[in-house]
Amino acid sequence: MGQPAERTSGEKRIITKKPELLAPAGNLEKLKIAVHYGADAVFIGGRDFGLRSNAGNFSIDQMEEGVNFAKKYGACIYVTTNIFAHNENMDGLEEYLQELQRVGIKGIIVADPLIIETCKRAAPKLEIHLSTQQSLTNWQAVKFWKEEGLERVVLAREVGLQEMLEMKKNVDIEIETFIHGAMCIAYSGRCVLSNHMTARDSNRGGCCQSCRWDYHLYEGSEASSRENALFGEDDSPFAMSPKDLNLIESIPKLVEAGIDSLKIEGRMKSIHYVATVVSVYRKVIDAYCADPDNFKIKQEWLTELAKCANRPAAPAFFENVPGYKEQLFENHSHQASHDFSGLVLDYDRETKMVTLQQRNFFRPGDTVEFFGPEIDNFSQKVDKVWDEKGRELDAARHPLQIVRFKVDRHLYPDNMMRKGVS
Amino acid sequence: MTVKPELLVTPRSAEDIVPLIEAGADAFLIGEETYGLRLAGEFSRADIETAVKEAQGKAKVYVAMNALFHNEKLPLLHDYLAFLGNTGVDGVVFGDPAVIMAAREAAPDLPLHWSTETTGTNWYTVNYWGRKGAARAVLARELNLDAVVEIKENADIAVEIQVHGMTCMFQSKRTLLGNYMEFQGKNLKVEGRSKDRTLFLHDPERDYDYPVWEDENGTHIMSPKDVCMIDELDELMDAEIDSFKIDGILKSSEYLTQMTRLYREAVDLYAQNEDSYFDKKEEFLERAKALQPESRSVDTGFFFKETVY
Repeated sequence: MGQPAERTSGEKRIITKKPELLAPAGNLEKLKIAVHYGADAVFIGGRDFGLRSNAGNFSIDQMEEGVNFAKKYGACIYVTTNIFAHNENMDGLEEYLQELQRVGIKGIIVADPLIIETCKRAAPKLEIHLSTQQSLTNWQAVKFWKEEGLERVVLAREVGLQEMLEMKKNVDIEIETFIHGAMCIAYSGRCVLSNHMTARDSNRGGCCQSCRWDYHLYEGSEASSRENALFGEDDSPFAMSPKDLNLIESIPKLVEAGIDSLKIEGRMKSIHYVATVVSVYRKVIDAYCADPDNFKIKQEWLTELAKCANRPAAPAFFENVPGYKEQLFENHSHQASHDFSGLVLDYDRETKMVTLQQRNFFRPGDTVEFFGPEIDNFSQKVDKVWDEKGRELDAARHPLQIVRFKVDRHLYPDNMMRKGVS
Repeated sequence: MTVKPELLVTPRSAEDIVPLIEAGADAFLIGEETYGLRLAGEFSRADIETAVKEAQGKAKVYVAMNALFHNEKLPLLHDYLAFLGNTGVDGVVFGDPAVIMAAREAAPDLPLHWSTETTGTNWYTVNYWGRKGAARAVLARELNLDAVVEIKENADIAVEIQVHGMTCMFQSKRTLLGNYMEFQGKNLKVEGRSKDRTLFLHDPERDYDYPVWEDENGTHIMSPKDVCMIDELDELMDAEIDSFKIDGILKSSEYLTQMTRLYREAVDLYAQNEDSYFDKKEEFLERAKALQPESRSVDTGFFFKETVY
């Protein structure tokens, strides 16, 4: 346990059992992009029983389409059913789980024993993965869930590498851990700020993210909570907004630790985000496993991730308990270095014309970059742009507008175009 | 006559035990920060022994082991549980399944109470933990009264709820107060962050003040008001909820004794004569309010509040 499968080819070590790269998808389009850009598995939410009630979420038919699409790539789909259910949420659970099983979902990600036990009984072919909402932080608890018959556990975000190694050493169960994306600053499942502040139930998908708000810190007394302000006029307010997680440079350690699944957060994120993050981690995992002993992180991978980053990032708990430098004060948001400007629908090799669906404003003269699983990133200047009817445009102004222009190098459907933010 | 629930109180120190029993407490929840979360006071092993002795034959003593344990604390659990078993405590409160695993070996006869605070939200899951060995489940504070009653109706094990005091809204492993002070450039050692410091986060939009502190389990943020159900005990007692908790965290011993006495009176009165309780319940509420610190008003938590999602 705790070692990845490997073999030696001549002098060279090769890792043969790669960890699963697990990507989020809020709808069918995002699912297809995630798989196409290299995810081994995708997690999605249904209409019920999952957190993120604002994510697009899938109907059963859409799930079936997603499963069949993923199958062509050898990928699989998991469904989040990770609410802590109230009595009133029990209705329809069995039928729902049976439907997931029927359409070929591989497993569910679940926090509440109600759903675990119902799944074992009603839909026994589904794998059961324990959600991070259970805040699993030690190997004895991992062992407990192993004995309960679970195939996999998703660790608490507070678990570091040393702890993961001990878990792997002590318990033979698949371990999934987050490698990239936004994080809860509280122990997951143990925060009800949202319930108190806005009457939205954080543990049933209603979280209003009050941890990202600003507060004032006071020292109080029996009579008054606000006797002494612990901030000066020029001080930033108290904040507890965490930087996003980014473990790209720790992928080698995660692979060597034998972690089974590396998870990217973000069912609410755009296809550009999913495509960018998935393709970078795909490259890193593949490069490391092909030649672990000569592997080096390339600067271009880091730059690539910054093109879609909504917030500054940090390794969180991976090595240590994070300090103030891993939090955001004052400016909680951050602009990615690039905008997603178009999705390639088609490319004509004869005429070198791309047919593109516009996703953000661009105009002739702009320098744009293309990327995708079949191509190496390249940049070029946009020349004349036409609409579907062949009318020349001064700019591509309308979201989802179909436009055409000349691109020198070959493109493929679902390649993406982005533009640097000035 | 209506069945009386256990009146469970969280004392600040071993010296509180005798006066609280005299005030009407039936049970105590005590412990130390290494194992337990958000305790009113710190009880060493010697203090636990004292508490058990003082309470012998008069009240029960439960010990909190409801922290989220990381690997480094696992080696401690076995020994602590063995100690608690030998000391004769009446139960151990846990949230982390690691405690079940350790208790099977170290103290198989010790009753276990399941309490994760936020995740005890349906009767099926309550019974699940019952099958795993729990004799009692502590329900989430974010449930409404109907949900609490429905859980009790379907529960195979005892059900505990909090009827009074502040409730926890948030726990982070991060040292958020220290991080903020460090970010501001203030010296950590000078700036205390413990419960004794009475720090508050102020939310300007809602004009609420949330108590906040740091300890070895991380940063804790508490509700802006105290739950107070003293005038709404009837439905809870009709439902035969097994235990009513008064949480004494961030309160004085004197407050706790007086509040316990008041709940004792209210519970006894309803059990004895429902009409008299209804006649007097407004007065109970007024007397409870009069005991509150100026900065802490009361409400009914989530008992009469709906949440959406």
